[in-house]
Formats: sequence, structure tokens, C-alpha cells
Amino acid sequence: MAATTRIGGAQLAEHIEAGVADAIEETAEDWVLVRPERLVEVMTFLRDDRELDARYLNALSGVDHFDYFEIVYHLSSLSHNHEMTVKVRADHDEPEAPSVVSVWHGAHLQEREIYDLLGVNFSGHPNMKRIFLWEGFPGHPLRKDYMAMPGGQSPGLRRFPKEDPEQWAGEFRGD
Amino acid sequence: MAIKTEPLVVNIGPQHPSTHGVFRMRVTLDGERIIDAEMIVGYLHRSMEKLAEERTWTQNIPFTDRMDYLAAMTGNLSYCIAVERLAGIEVPERAQYLRVIFAELQRIASHAMANGTFVNDCGAWQTPLFYMFREREKVLDLFEMTCGARLTLNYMRIGGVAFDLPDEFLPQLRSLLDELPDRFGEYEDLLIDNEILLMRSRGIGVLSPELAMNASMSGPMLRGSGIVWDIRKADPYCVYDRMDFDIPVGHTGDCYDRFVVRMEELRQSVRIIEQAVEQLPPGSHLADVPLNLRPPKGEIYSRIESPKGELGFYLVSDGGPEPYRFHVRSPSLLNLSALREMVVGQTVADAIVTLGSIDINVGEVDR
Repeated sequence: MAATTRIGGAQLAEHIEAGVADAIEETAEDWVLVRPERLVEVMTFLRDDRELDARYLNALSGVDHFDYFEIVYHLSSLSHNHEMTVKVRADHDEPEAPSVVSVWHGAHLQEREIYDLLGVNFSGHPNMKRIFLWEGFPGHPLRKDYMAMPGGQSPGLRRFPKEDPEQWAGEFRGD
Repeated sequence: MAIKTEPLVVNIGPQHPSTHGVFRMRVTLDGERIIDAEMIVGYLHRSMEKLAEERTWTQNIPFTDRMDYLAAMTGNLSYCIAVERLAGIEVPERAQYLRVIFAELQRIASHAMANGTFVNDCGAWQTPLFYMFREREKVLDLFEMTCGARLTLNYMRIGGVAFDLPDEFLPQLRSLLDELPDRFGEYEDLLIDNEILLMRSRGIGVLSPELAMNASMSGPMLRGSGIVWDIRKADPYCVYDRMDFDIPVGHTGDCYDRFVVRMEELRQSVRIIEQAVEQLPPGSHLADVPLNLRPPKGEIYSRIESPKGELGFYLVSDGGPEPYRFHVRSPSLLNLSALREMVVGQTVADAIVTLGSIDINVGEVDR
């Protein structure tokens, strides 16, 4: 059987423009960058379009690029055996992106993971809370500036989460 | 007089033998029936993705062992293939065949464990599990002979595999391959038509094909729901395009179908190994790769069919000696996406069977 074919950025952009007008921000060789406000519309179109048929969300990843966060959607069609990549960017200071849980149920846990580790808030997500770390963990560890957090806050464990804070006050990390 | 009832919250795990690791599930019951379920993970989170960003491309291989520690070989393989595709490294043909042999041996070990613990959850206490452990043990012996480790193997390298086969390997593998189909026949005699197993797993945890696809399910979960999809066929890596094997699928998407799919995949793996051993060419087992590897600037998403499902790596390189971003698309985590939909309406005992049939590995869920 033939290998999975990749739908290049230009071809994908052409398809999207035909379905959802004015949604593309940038086109590269392998991916297209979509405007955040049109994201859910574009994703619904990609899923329901018969030719593209992106009914399977392979992976959803977040990358910290210092100035902005990039959310990368790897989509594929199991019936046509092709794959495509869509990206969206979120501002670094107040990162927010629209949630695609309404399009793919598989995005649910992955968006929570990105929120937990990178701190990107997905608007419209039904249960936007941390998944691996506990509520109250300082910072988002996968950010590139994690070791130098603002406000003099130090990252990581100061004490075990259920421990009495009074008991160990002043013991660790010089506070 | 009307009876006043209220829902009861039951906590399952994190320390519980049927949760297969430190996995916690909080279910809300109305009488015997589950009306809501929430999964709570993170007890085994070791921040591998952050650690990997501070280590060189080669140093990251042992992390992939410790994700799915019951299938370390495929973790290694997926990462190495991703880096090779990113850096454009050619892998010698012999190494490709060795990778196929070891990946399929690992699939046998992992599926044996999955099915053994699944029937354990169904109430067939320990006996089938230890039958399956017997075969898994022999596979682990082969691993130990080749690379010295049994669980955290660290056998794959970027550009090939770490060691060539020792002299005793092929005779021992051949005798194992002769033995395995008979053993699988024994399991099938014991389990496939077993009344207790049928009663416990038929119609339990039904996953519709539409939901399976929409919730990014992969591996035996997807095939159990009747979707013919195997990355080894659809997007062949190594030399799977030269192998002849079938993709078993289920019909109803219940726990029993997933069990049968795994059973049949054991046989298919034996078929693949037999062909790979027959075609195994002589030559080098490792390409010449620079010690301080610096893949060109770029990004890649690469995936393979691990025993649990689609194991993918999204790697971003900025041209430096370490990955800029190292993201794992973990099949165990995503196969839990539809857990709530699968268990709502069932009893707690059925929820345990459903969780067992998903075959999660918490090392891979939490990373």
C-alpha cells in the first residue's frame, strides 16, 4: 500500500479559501497559519469537507517561540490516507486560543495538557484545568522562560502540596 | 413514603491493582449505575518533555524507554525514526530488518501482558496471566541476550540499532517462533469461547466507530471498533511494506472485540517476524552518525504503530544540539479520551473491565 501523502501548505490554503474566506494568515511549504478567530470555522470545514476529510486529529502540540505560542494541529484522513498541518498563534503575554473540542473530542485531553504545561488558555473548552500538575503549581514548566519567572517567584516545588505552609515557612529556598 | 436518594461518589485508585499503575478515576453512582466519571492523572508525571529539551538528541533515547516501559522498543523506534527523518539519515537495510524483528517481539510481549491483565480484570484470576507471562518471559530473554536489559532496553540508535545479533539469537528465536502458535492456540481454547469471559466482556464498554475516530483513538481501540487502520500498512516505516500480514478488526467495538483483536495480532506478529528472519540481509547494523548530531532547522511529526496505538513524536529543531521542542503524542493518554463516554451507564465492575481493555500504561499517560 502506498504511504501517506501530505497536502502541502499552498494546496491546503487554496481549499480553505474556497470554503472559509479570509482565514489564512500565512502559508508555508508544509503548513498554513490560520487566524485564531476563524479557527473553529476552518477546522469544522476541514473535518466535513469530502475531499479533505480531516476527521482524525493525530496530534495537538504547543511550542513556545518566546514572542508567541504556536499551537500545531496534525490532521489526517483515514479514508484518503493523507495528512495536513494547521497552525495557530497565541500572544505570549495573555495566551489564548479557541478550543476545537467541539470539532474533535480527541482535543479535550491534549488542550488540557497544553494549558497545564504551557499556559495557553483555550476558550470554549468544557473543563479547562490542569491535567498533570496540581492546581496552584507555580508557573507552566514547558515555557522557555520557566526558570526566570516574573515577580521574583521561583518555579517548581516549594513544599509538598498538602503540607502545612506555616510549618516549613522560611526553611527552603531562602524565603 | 418516597425514598430519598442521592448520588454517591466512589474513588478508584490511584493505588489499586486494577488501575494498572497510578491512575485515578472518580465515578459518581446512582444506585449501581455510573452517571459520571472523571479521570485524574499526573501521579507519574516526570516532565520528560522539559528534560528532553536540555539533553542532546542521542541522550533522549533512554527517556523513551521509560514512557511505555512495557513496550520500550517501540518507544525507542518511534523517536529514532523521527530524528532520522528530521536529519535525513539513511538507515542500513539490516538495521531496518532488526528493528522490525524487535518491534514485533515487543508487540508480542506487550499484547501478552495486556490480554493477561485484561482477563485478570474479568475475574480469571492469575492463571491466564501467568500463561501469558511465560511467553513474555521468553521474549524478554531474547532482549536480554541482545542488549543486556529486559525492560528499559535502550537498544535503538539514531541510524540503526546498538548491537548486532549474538550467535545464539536466531536459533533461540526460531524455536520460540515454532512454539508460539501452539501456545496462542492454547489461549484461544482456554479463553475465546470461555463463557465467563464472554459474559463479562461482551457488550461492555462499547465504542462506536464515529466516536473512536473523533476521539483520536488508535491501535487496537480503533480496530476493535471496526476501522481498518494500521500505520504499518497505511504509512509503512522500516521494511513493513515488504511484509505480508493482515489487519484484524472487531465488529461491535466492545471489550471482547479489543481482546480478540490483540489475540489475532499476536499471530500476525509471529508471521511478520518469520518473514523478517527469512529476508534478513547481512551488512552493517548502524549508520555512521555524528556524535554531536545537529539536525537542520525544521520540524517533523512522525508516527509508528506501537502496541498501544499511534505513537508519534513532534520534534522541532533550531539547528542546535538539543531539541527545541520534544512533544510525544501518547496513545495511552488519547485512548482515555472517550473513557467517560464508555463507562457512563455501566456498573463499577464493568468500568474496571473497560479500563483493562483500553490497555493504558501510566508511564506513557503522564510522561
